[in-house]
Amino acid sequence: MAKIEFRNVVKRFGDVEVIPDMNLVIEDGEFVALLGPSGCGKSTSLFMLAGIYVPSGGELLFDGHVVNEVEARDRNVGIVFQSYALYPHMSVRDNILFPLRFKKTPRDEALGRVKGAADLVRVAELLERKPSELSGGQQQRVALARALVKEPQLLLLDEPLSNLDATLRLSMRTEIKSLQEKLGVTTVLVTHDQIEATTMADRIICMRAGRIEQIGTPDDLYLRPASLFVASFIGSPPINLIAGEAQGGTVAVNGAKFPVEGASGAVTVGLRPEHLRFGDSGFTGHIVQIEPMGREILYVVETGIGIIRVLEQGSSATHATGEKVKIGFSPENSLVFETAHQKLLPGAHVHAPA
Amino acid sequence: MTTTADELMIERRGHARSATRMRANFLIFLGPAIVLTVLFFIVPVLIDIAVSFTDLSRSLRITGFTLEQYEKIFRGDRRLTPVIGLTFIYVFGTLAIFNVTFGLILAIATTSLRNVSGSFFRGVWLLPRMSPSVLYILLWLWAVSPAEAGLVNQVLMQGFGLDAPLDLLTSAPIALIIISNGFIGASMGMIIFTAAIRGIPEHLFHAAAVDGAGTFAQIRFITLPALRWPISFVTIYQTLSLLVSFEYILLLTKGGPFYDTTVYALYVYRRAFESGQYAYGAALALFLIVIGVAVALLGWRFFDMERLLQRPRIEVH
Repeated sequence: MAKIEFRNVVKRFGDVEVIPDMNLVIEDGEFVALLGPSGCGKSTSLFMLAGIYVPSGGELLFDGHVVNEVEARDRNVGIVFQSYALYPHMSVRDNILFPLRFKKTPRDEALGRVKGAADLVRVAELLERKPSELSGGQQQRVALARALVKEPQLLLLDEPLSNLDATLRLSMRTEIKSLQEKLGVTTVLVTHDQIEATTMADRIICMRAGRIEQIGTPDDLYLRPASLFVASFIGSPPINLIAGEAQGGTVAVNGAKFPVEGASGAVTVGLRPEHLRFGDSGFTGHIVQIEPMGREILYVVETGIGIIRVLEQGSSATHATGEKVKIGFSPENSLVFETAHQKLLPGAHVHAPA
Repeated sequence: MTTTADELMIERRGHARSATRMRANFLIFLGPAIVLTVLFFIVPVLIDIAVSFTDLSRSLRITGFTLEQYEKIFRGDRRLTPVIGLTFIYVFGTLAIFNVTFGLILAIATTSLRNVSGSFFRGVWLLPRMSPSVLYILLWLWAVSPAEAGLVNQVLMQGFGLDAPLDLLTSAPIALIIISNGFIGASMGMIIFTAAIRGIPEHLFHAAAVDGAGTFAQIRFITLPALRWPISFVTIYQTLSLLVSFEYILLLTKGGPFYDTTVYALYVYRRAFESGQYAYGAALALFLIVIGVAVALLGWRFFDMERLLQRPRIEVH
């Protein structure tokens, strides 16, 4: 197992600077997720950890040793690619055996470890098959077994669930998480899916355009997003953002006014749909659309301050389209951001209008 | 096979109209190719078969039908056995050394170089194929000229201190025809293998690198297995083309000294057009046709050629 450290790591491809300056510490045995939209540099970071890309600057450390120039094959990492990258002409057994080939493991021991890894991810009955004869979920398990068979000090997962169907994704999520806990291997997951990140990782590193926006536990990112980007990236359905002008304890939006504390100047107010409720006071508006989501209903409400989405528990709608409603919330659930720097104003809250 | 468009057309116009249309399409799209195939492949084969049963010779007069040409092939022609042996050495040697092995090395080497220099070296190796065959062989003749001015002799004498010039055309004619053909043949394998290597998903190499494979292990476990197909194709295709082509040998050595570099196809040419034994040449050529068809069928069966001709399946990711 290993403790991983990025020290001022830079990565350029030609003239394009993909990662300008990355600093990050991943503790031994930790499960972290690199989360961000495509092109944010999360896969590039992962490939640098794997040794596929060489950093253009800075230092990458495994357990205190600089590994910038250490080749992929000498790093003892396991990786699962988005496409699984199973060797098409080899049987499942040979695929899992492949990493041990280069470690000069005695044949009997190697076969034993293949069996062990296959049992771990429950593909023991598929050992004779070719990858093309496997389902997506099975291929993914084989890829995991291949990554784990050499007992890596670091496990890298590049969008491992994105090619699976929804049901399978759910069960694989649980399996990977419990496997990681059982083995205690330091794990880095790359994903653009916030649910994957929040459900599996101990800590999430939210990235945008090559920079780290925020590092924190799933709760931190959800409850105290450091920036507007994180606030809008985490949470489904997405947070309601209302831009306005704070002055003398009130925010003015399109002529509508409501109380604010701890902020002044141009602000953006963030209100999560699940924190809003219909009541006797608050923003007035009328429902323009109802979207049933199973055990929740999403109401799209047109108000004086713009479109606001409200999530209500329950499987049947208690309100109808066109109905006039008032939307309320608890002030401690509101988030206020500085519009200019897109940063959270800690301690600032808004109140619903009376 | 009917497509959705066909079905829609049938629905709209009725079966009779669509049948006419399909027949017209058949003629328009396949007609020219069929005419060419019949004119330049089937008709010549039929003429060849007919001529081989006659006594057509220098006088260009046919006096009667006879089996004597075939009797000559199976009984009388002593030269035939060495010619067939040489053909085997020539085809196998050119394939094994250049067209497959060297083509493979070129493809693997140039794809691991940076793009620009890789393309440059591929371009260099394409030059022999692009130059006219007569010009190409003239260059060879100059290079292996037995005089001291010959390129090879200049290099050997001035660079390596050789005393007397070599006459490679008489001392190593077989090696010479293999090398001169191989320099051309290697480029085809190179291009096909390069395309195939480019088609291998990059993440497979990444995965292998992380799994501990070095450069040679990556070639052995990732590249070569993916090239099984193109290698089969190049082998079959080049076997057939080496069997029937003789123009470079004719230009370089004229089949000599004596019959030392006369491969089967050239032997047919020499019998028919140098000795004027047209009917005998026709009979010999018939065996070339039979061998060609046999090799093609063998390849079909042995290398699973059928898969190459199957309609491609679009992969959706």
